[in-house]
Amino acid sequence: MIARVLPGDPARLALGPRAPQQAVDALRAELHLNDPIFVQYWYWLSGVFTGNWGISLFTQRNVLIDVSEFLPATVELILAAAIIDLALAIPLGMLAGRMANTFVDNTVRIISYIGIAIPAFVVAIILQLTLGYGLHIFPIIGRLDQSIQPPPRITGLYVIDGLITGNFSVAANALWHLVLPAFALALGPIAQEARILRSSVVENLNKDYTLAEISHGLPERIITLKYLMKPSLIPMITIYALDISSQIANAFLIELIFNWPGFSRYGLNAMLSKDLNAIVATVMVAGIMFVVANTIVDLVVSYLDPRIRFQAESEE
Amino acid sequence: MPLIQVKDLRVGYNVYEGLLKVLDGINFFVERKEKVGIIGESACGKTTAMKAIMRILAKNSVLMGGKILYDGNDILRMNDTQFTEIRRKKFSMIFQDPSAALNPVFTIRQQFYDIIRYSSNQRMTKDMIHERAVELLKQAALPEPERILDSYPFQLSGGMKQRVNIAMALVSANELLIADEPGTALDVTIEDQILRLLKKIVEERRISIILISHALGTIKHFVDRIYVMYAGTIVESGPTEKVFKNPKHPYTQLLIDSVPKLTGEGVPEGIPGIVPSYLNPPHGCRFVTRCPYAMQVCKEKVPPSYEVEQLHYASCFLYDNGENGKDE
Repeated sequence: MIARVLPGDPARLALGPRAPQQAVDALRAELHLNDPIFVQYWYWLSGVFTGNWGISLFTQRNVLIDVSEFLPATVELILAAAIIDLALAIPLGMLAGRMANTFVDNTVRIISYIGIAIPAFVVAIILQLTLGYGLHIFPIIGRLDQSIQPPPRITGLYVIDGLITGNFSVAANALWHLVLPAFALALGPIAQEARILRSSVVENLNKDYTLAEISHGLPERIITLKYLMKPSLIPMITIYALDISSQIANAFLIELIFNWPGFSRYGLNAMLSKDLNAIVATVMVAGIMFVVANTIVDLVVSYLDPRIRFQAESEE
Repeated sequence: MPLIQVKDLRVGYNVYEGLLKVLDGINFFVERKEKVGIIGESACGKTTAMKAIMRILAKNSVLMGGKILYDGNDILRMNDTQFTEIRRKKFSMIFQDPSAALNPVFTIRQQFYDIIRYSSNQRMTKDMIHERAVELLKQAALPEPERILDSYPFQLSGGMKQRVNIAMALVSANELLIADEPGTALDVTIEDQILRLLKKIVEERRISIILISHALGTIKHFVDRIYVMYAGTIVESGPTEKVFKNPKHPYTQLLIDSVPKLTGEGVPEGIPGIVPSYLNPPHGCRFVTRCPYAMQVCKEKVPPSYEVEQLHYASCFLYDNGENGKDE
């Protein structure tokens, strides 16, 4: 709705400043822009459920088609970032917490501060310049090498489609292209989450139950990786959910820099060109992804923390 | 040879303001099958001394000197592997707050099974582990062991949790059980039950116990010998009956007097003043700032331990009759 009250005439923007007024008026009528806002909302709502998401003024296609084309690229990018995030934040946080105030802890601390302080797009450019352009280890832009055909479309995630259809070289190439953008996207959250995990580990190390576990003679490995890790992960996972959800919005800079044909970039273009139907669809899809990501994490947290699980059951 | 002999133990804590000199050269011993009590007000170093025995002192602690001999070997100088064996097979500790001493996100079964599994040198089957857990829960007077095993700590009452802690401690308490105010966090009737249970268990198993408690009335009927601690020093020690009937150190006298009685004499006054700062404790006797009998010598020299009657010692210059005091 907010999109409707922005200044500027979408029809005029779509047709350009030199189009005749009659053409603009005709487009306005075609788009129902002269109807009251509630009527417009009804048109849109009934369209959402029948697959007619409106025509994008920018691509001249049904927005649903645009979304299904651009969304998988972003989902793939964010999933890769989410995996890198967990895979690095947990070991770094556990290590720093277990070895608090040692050389290891201080090293992780410095890396974390750098990760928090440097914006993702700067990290992206540095990575492109060093590992991409300088050392030629990773490709700089795109989802696949130019010479490689995308795999047959099943999910739209190239790595997964490649694996399903047996095109392993395509999957490997797609994975190779994912490394830099996903890492650039993940670095900030990794830094933040490692700090949070570290402080819960330090706190839980001084709890009586940890002292009791030590005095029962449990091996250090079991204490750290089982009894210390599970309660310490809970605050970190909650922040992780928020970080991953907000990646949907943050990804657009990374998508621009890596020329990644993704959904965040599509949404940004829609906003700049005041493409009403595309903006509304972007907001809706981002909202749905946010809800899905948070639901998954809530389930994980309730698995980790029985107090939450049983509280919910007893309230039923 | 005593089971445990602590000699001149000095432990401090590094804090922002400097070094807290908490334990100021304490000496005590525990014989095999002996029940020993330690009393004293909060923050006088009782828990620090116990944690030193289990080697679970906080990271900012500093061991400034002393020995803890177990069968003649200094446990402070053992390597981790050696001491882990002692934790698995000889000593156990029960903590003050039963809720804090159990990991909140694992079931009792998960925690108990691991403790049993890793305390044994042989590979135990799941059935053997389960059988042992049930047996120990029954020894700790817990009904429905299966239900307890499937519970998370927050689903049990405080008394049940402390019994679970006791059952877990029994896995490895084959020689010494340390009970650090095991009933303080519970209500009075439960506290009494827990102490009775502990007494029964240590007598049946013929093991030693060090019991820390604020409940002077209860500890009187529980332990054979008692140590009175004040501000990181042991001020008096002796057979329980003698210490309670005939307290010699001014601190012990005041401590026993400050327990309210049921005879209607009004509320006791307690001990005026507060425990001195560990940052800058008095040079001589640490009780000098609150002692009604303080003399000049108390400010200058640390009082040695005087044998005031047979096996009953007090560290106070009031009992200096010209002979040199005896260091334990």
